[in-house]
Amino acid sequence: MSNEQSILSIPISPETHKDVWVYAEVRHDNLIPTVFELLFLGKKLAADLNEKLCAVIIGKNVSQHAQTLIDHGADKVYAIEHDHLEQFVDETYAKLLTDLLLKEKPNKLLLPASTIGRSFGSRVAVQANTGITADATELSINKEKGGLLNATRPSFGGTLMATILCVRGHRPETATVRPMTFPRATPEPGRKGDVVKVPVDLSGFKPRERHIRFEPEVSQEIDISQATIIISGGYGVGGANGFNALHDLAKTLGGAVGASRRAVDSGWISYRHQIGLTGRVVRPKLYIAAGISGQIQHLAGMNSAETIVCINKDPEAPLMKLATLSVQGDLFEILPAINKELQKCGFGAK
Amino acid sequence: MHILTCIKQTPATDNVQIDAVTGTLKREGMAAAINPFDEYAIEEAVRIKERVGGDTKVSCLTMGPPQAEEALRDAIARGADAGFHVCGREFAGADTWATSYALFKAIEKISKEVSPVDLVICGKQTNDGDTGHIGPGLAAWLTWPNVAYVRKVEDIKSNGTGQGGTIVVHRLMEDGIDVLEMDLPAVIAVIKEINEPRVPSLKGKMAGKKAVIPRWDAAALNISLDHVGLKGSPTIVSKSFRPSMKTGGTRIEGNSPEEKARKLVEKLKELKVI
Repeated sequence: MSNEQSILSIPISPETHKDVWVYAEVRHDNLIPTVFELLFLGKKLAADLNEKLCAVIIGKNVSQHAQTLIDHGADKVYAIEHDHLEQFVDETYAKLLTDLLLKEKPNKLLLPASTIGRSFGSRVAVQANTGITADATELSINKEKGGLLNATRPSFGGTLMATILCVRGHRPETATVRPMTFPRATPEPGRKGDVVKVPVDLSGFKPRERHIRFEPEVSQEIDISQATIIISGGYGVGGANGFNALHDLAKTLGGAVGASRRAVDSGWISYRHQIGLTGRVVRPKLYIAAGISGQIQHLAGMNSAETIVCINKDPEAPLMKLATLSVQGDLFEILPAINKELQKCGFGAK
Repeated sequence: MHILTCIKQTPATDNVQIDAVTGTLKREGMAAAINPFDEYAIEEAVRIKERVGGDTKVSCLTMGPPQAEEALRDAIARGADAGFHVCGREFAGADTWATSYALFKAIEKISKEVSPVDLVICGKQTNDGDTGHIGPGLAAWLTWPNVAYVRKVEDIKSNGTGQGGTIVVHRLMEDGIDVLEMDLPAVIAVIKEINEPRVPSLKGKMAGKKAVIPRWDAAALNISLDHVGLKGSPTIVSKSFRPSMKTGGTRIEGNSPEEKARKLVEKLKELKVI
């Protein structure tokens, strides 16, 4: 049977699927923070369905995390563990997770909308013949429709919200969940749960995709996707040196530095810092925009931040009108003054 | 070598109209262009063609309404050699499962009837759906290896069209860069950092205008109607709405930067965000 036929012949039988699963992404030996958000969310969904919350981990020596996952709410942990799985490789990981999904038949599957989760989830969804929602920010159980997953997500750069339903019985209903959207589960140390070590047989599997090396980001700052505070600069920053004022403030606040497309395209800061439609989407508690006018493409990347502060010379700039708090003035005067004020209050002290 | 880019014609960002019945985007009659991310995919394909040389060809594939053919002509103007158009009412309302399936069937047809495809390049995501699902989804149907979020093609070796080879790519991660090697055929999805797309040349524009673009419906692709469009999609949009946009907040006033800074920090403490 061809691969196409074997995907299309996977039976659609929602009644045989049970439990809420969370993909517990491990990156360089650590569970990524979004996993704890997924456990918080998954616990709620599982309780609403009266089903179990399960976590699945893939990698080398990953069962060391099993108790942590149980402490944070997992009733059962599936560990897919093998020395050859040290690094995430789409092809291999997708094969192993698909095999497990087809065998264990979960009802829902949540993955972090991280670089890995977004790419991995969409491959697995096709291989397991099911529907997937990308980047969900609101998830709930639809009781009127027999416990379907309501997965609501921003599309069109955040200008439109859409609620997606997997209505034709494909399971597990799968969603990637945008980081920094939910609170993290609180641990109950010593909680009881089951750990299932999934047998992994890679003999006869010839991977055509190989991880060669990892080049770590040299900067010591946290990545914008996990930052609770982001100081972001636009064209008004005027040059690479101009970003020093932003880095100083980020250091004091323990935040990360972001940038608009124009600042990145001008070569003042690297692409990984770019926020917006052609950059990355962030959801910090506090977003401080300095010298960013706020074109719709930029708003697409940050408009779900909890509190937005805008510092701009131009009181008519779109972001000045939208911000929770706006300060009119020269960012090179205002930012250092904020930094000084914060240090006076004890921020940034070692 | 035969490189194929998957592109989509998408509406301009600030012009969203929703179909009241299906809850999906209304595409007809909207100002549209190549999805910005796909411009990087086309450019990278053309650069690989220039790098590998020989008889390397770049094809472009799209699925969309009749006017989406314009996007294929534009892609040819930017350096692609041929365009293929999956088009038919039956495809409307497709989710990422049904879209990747239809594109897969078209790639199979191109591989069989034109020449075997060695590398599929997609943009990171579209600017309308924003999912990023099509590249990895296609790889699942094709059973090829794939890497998404590619910021650089470090190396590519082709043994000739349909004869395999290898590609080494850099994937942008939250904490650095993963370098991965794949055997060809393979699928990659590229991000903006990978290149700076060129503007179409006059010669390219002429070629785009003259190109004969095959148009395939579900029957031509030998796809059952159970697996296309809204009817064949595992997921549907049950409702869509505009998010409540934040409206103006408080302006911090003051006679000096210091005074403004002090008031701002006070406010931020009140809001408990610092």
